Amino acid sequence: MATEITKILKKRKSVILERWMKNQLTDETLREDLISNEELRAESEELIDILTKSLNETNLTDPDSSDFDHVIEILGGISLSRAKQGFSPRETGLYVMSLKETLLQILQEEVKDPADLIAATLNLSRLIDNFSIITFETFIKGREEVILRQTDEITEISTPVIRVWDGILALPIIGTLDSARTQVVMESLLTEIVESGSSVAILDISGVPTVDSLVAQHLLKTVSATRLMGAECVISGIRPEIAQTIVHLGIDLSDIVTKASLASALSFAFATLKVEVKKVAR
Amino acid sequence: MRLMITKIISLNKDKMSIAKEQDVVPFRNRVKEYAIKIKMSLVNQTKLITAASELGRNMLRYANGGKVLIEIVSLGRQHGIRLTFDDQGPGIPDIQLAMNDGYSTGKSLGLGLPGAKRLVNEFEIKSELGVGTKVTITKWANG
Repeated sequence: MATEITKILKKRKSVILERWMKNQLTDETLREDLISNEELRAESEELIDILTKSLNETNLTDPDSSDFDHVIEILGGISLSRAKQGFSPRETGLYVMSLKETLLQILQEEVKDPADLIAATLNLSRLIDNFSIITFETFIKGREEVILRQTDEITEISTPVIRVWDGILALPIIGTLDSARTQVVMESLLTEIVESGSSVAILDISGVPTVDSLVAQHLLKTVSATRLMGAECVISGIRPEIAQTIVHLGIDLSDIVTKASLASALSFAFATLKVEVKKVAR
Repeated sequence: MRLMITKIISLNKDKMSIAKEQDVVPFRNRVKEYAIKIKMSLVNQTKLITAASELGRNMLRYANGGKVLIEIVSLGRQHGIRLTFDDQGPGIPDIQLAMNDGYSTGKSLGLGLPGAKRLVNEFEIKSELGVGTKVTITKWANG
């Protein structure tokens, strides 16, 4: 009988917490390095508290009931924070799984009629299983957020504009040049040209593994935009194999100044600015 | 005298699907791994990877993605990589026109198909309107 289950669980709330804590603390996967016992206890207590409060006879058989919104919210918060703290999916999953074990133990002690016990066990299992699935879903979402943040960081890191000399900017491009990257590169280059009043920009593609027609098109666009700003753009870092590939592909880079190395691009820039670098005889 | 029949034998194969822009880079890396495995020279590697990148991007852009079969093939003593790009896109109405330099229905340089052809040793394209396009390219290790 469902009425009984919720009553039993409410009545033995503190026992459930004690046993659950014991289960968790004796488990091998306990991560004392990541979470302290007190924190774990507070988390668990809150969850049981909310769970027993929102549980009643009608929603016991309906895991999608909106009564559990609060429980799901707390579970979501727990697994999100665990994903970010570096818990493994197994450790996070076991947190909810071990609660199920405890609850079923209590039921076994309290419900004597076998048929009632099975019915109660099935209902409770379904409910807690649903909670575990939610835990996993939010756990993965948490990890994805970490990945997304890293992707953003990589895009930011990899497009620095360097002032190598008064009036000369260098922009080393590392990785694949896709549409999104080109946008970032172009924006930061053009802004820096205005800010520094530079007249030569060097795009170094030593770190670009493949130059296909799309990458070439993006490079050409960046060069044209730079020229519109009144600066000359030099592409450097063209490796021998890239040069051969560009020729076979049929990309026309003849009206762009290209150099094999950053050093030769720099000396071209010096020549353009009529700057002479020489050794001083002492 | 015994007649020698030289036939292309496929030794190792792998299938990858390209469904979004982020799939292009892993695909290129996989092709590179295969090329290194058969000791392809750096220039040929770069040519093959660039051709693969062009065709992969074409597939994404015009057919909303598709599948690529990567194979290590051998012909007599020669080893090579064969890539088969298969999509279920709208097809190409005029292949001859599409193979012209600078022709593009999108806003690209129009070098993908003709450029890829120049970068590899063998190039074959079949397309049926409304059914899809299949491009097969082969690059030999010392070709």
